[in-house]
Amino acid sequence: MTTVRYDVAIVGSGAGGGTVAQALAPLAKDGKRVLVLERGPRFRDQDFTGRELEMASALYAGQGGTLTADGTMTLAYAEGYGGSTIVYTGTSLPPPERVIRRWNVPGLDPADLARRTRKYLAENNVHLLAPELLNDNNRLFAEGAERAGYRAEQFPLNLKGCRGSSLCNLGCPNAAKQGTNRVQLPNAERQGVEVVTRALVRSVGERALDVLVLERPPGGKGTDPEWKPGSYRVEANTIVLAGGVMGTPPLLLRSGLARLPKRIGAGFTCHPAHILVGEHPHPITNDVGHPKSFYLDRAEAEAFVLETCMYFPFTTAKNLTGFGPSHSALMRAFPRLQMILVLACDRPTPENRIAVDRSGCPVVHYRFTQPVTQAMVRATRTAARIFFAAGAVRVHAPSADPPLVEASEADRLEDRIHERHFRTGTISISAAHLMGGCGMGSGPADSVTDSWGRVHGRPWLRVADASLFPGALEINPYLTIMALADRVAEGVLKELG
Amino acid sequence: MATNFPSAPLPLCQALISTLVPETAGATPEQWAELERTIEQVLATRAPGLRRQLGIFMRLLDAVARIRFGRPLAQLDPPRREAFLEGLARSPLLFIRRGIWGLRTLVMMGWYTQPGVAASLGYRAGAGGWSARS
Repeated sequence: MTTVRYDVAIVGSGAGGGTVAQALAPLAKDGKRVLVLERGPRFRDQDFTGRELEMASALYAGQGGTLTADGTMTLAYAEGYGGSTIVYTGTSLPPPERVIRRWNVPGLDPADLARRTRKYLAENNVHLLAPELLNDNNRLFAEGAERAGYRAEQFPLNLKGCRGSSLCNLGCPNAAKQGTNRVQLPNAERQGVEVVTRALVRSVGERALDVLVLERPPGGKGTDPEWKPGSYRVEANTIVLAGGVMGTPPLLLRSGLARLPKRIGAGFTCHPAHILVGEHPHPITNDVGHPKSFYLDRAEAEAFVLETCMYFPFTTAKNLTGFGPSHSALMRAFPRLQMILVLACDRPTPENRIAVDRSGCPVVHYRFTQPVTQAMVRATRTAARIFFAAGAVRVHAPSADPPLVEASEADRLEDRIHERHFRTGTISISAAHLMGGCGMGSGPADSVTDSWGRVHGRPWLRVADASLFPGALEINPYLTIMALADRVAEGVLKELG
Repeated sequence: MATNFPSAPLPLCQALISTLVPETAGATPEQWAELERTIEQVLATRAPGLRRQLGIFMRLLDAVARIRFGRPLAQLDPPRREAFLEGLARSPLLFIRRGIWGLRTLVMMGWYTQPGVAASLGYRAGAGGWSARS
């Protein structure tokens, strides 16, 4: 084992780790040693082919099919230089003030988060797409919502040079999304921050990390690791954990550090989601253009959010319920399909948590509460109204039985789409907004860290990712992660700068 | 030609695959090979026990078909096979529902990730985006 020494070691390079890396880059310019350890590879531009299976295998843990403990929900998160910012759609919403107030974290001021968010809105080139770049899939959502009496809003997006490939979730083939792989990490590296990819952090000890650097597999995408493959002991005065919800809490749980807060792994939320499909009588533009341009925020009133979306053939097939001829017929209608993503705003429960198995790998325990299933059903009815108002002739609703709801049934949605049809193991439910497990709070009895991401009882150890969230954010989380990570970095700078 | 991916008898595998995705009945040898390769690749990345569990689950489906219809699943006509699997997909037992869901997911992954299949659906997404549509 090789021992190396750094002033700061950051585990993870996504929205949290990338932000911390850039914010600490002045330390590197001043001669201090700052290291980022990323489990996944550093992809090259030519690696982003847009091919579904190839990219899902390369970018997502478990090919995007990581299951919860009871196998009823898949969890999607990426591993690579940039973390899940490689695969998000770039939707850039600031943290809702009401949610931050509800979190009730001492010292966490919504105005402070808003100020930090504005910095990253500018840095990431966030703007609204011009109307001529909106495809029919998105336009129909906005029009249908208006006709159905709802107010859809346009997503601000962090794009530069978007060509409308629609392949955001497979990694942009045109380097247009301004994720940490495009903005913060390259900026940090230019200033002297070191990034080592294919670096699996096996455990964290007292101011030290046990790291295994892996070889690039034969034919694997991405570059070779920056360090020679093998085992390393990384000693650091300050360690920042930013490996995401599937990285940070499991790392702490398997490390066996004494006297850690007991809440590690607790408070998991994820915005459980599923895809709805509306079939139009004529082809629409759906597989070209940015896929996620509008949303309908009903979080506060009805505990759900609707977002436009457009997925790839297999992802679409998997998300339609059933199989056989009727399933095939809907797949053949692909050029006529409009899609809406339904997200439920879940709340922490004692049962929903992150644990580790005997080998230290993450295991997520998640049970769908009645409020969550009710929210998904309400959301599905609302989406169906929007589809029909937009001109769809039928809607595929997973919580309807049979799942195809005809336009002639539009006045019976309360009956056709119902909680009694919401049956896990039949409906394809997935989550990409993984939150909690190292929640902020006032002390070790109710939380894992303080509002600056410091782990209670371990001032040298900080957390800077979505595991800090004490509850669901109720919007897309990356900007909030960046704002919190910015605070974490500020705390480190005060200590070391 | 067809995969026997979870070590289940070939006719059973073929029957299940073509029931879940009927288009596979007309697949070319290359498409079958691709489907098989994809499923093998996916199973290779999962826990070693999963392949065995799938094999047991498929044999269990066959046994239930024999009890209920007096014939193996592969000898049922396609509509009856479909109805049989649909009934199981609504089972009150979560492990049955999950098993059907897992099987269909594997087969659909093996089929719908094929570029030729995606193109045949009219799916045309590419790096060129809007500029490729003019």
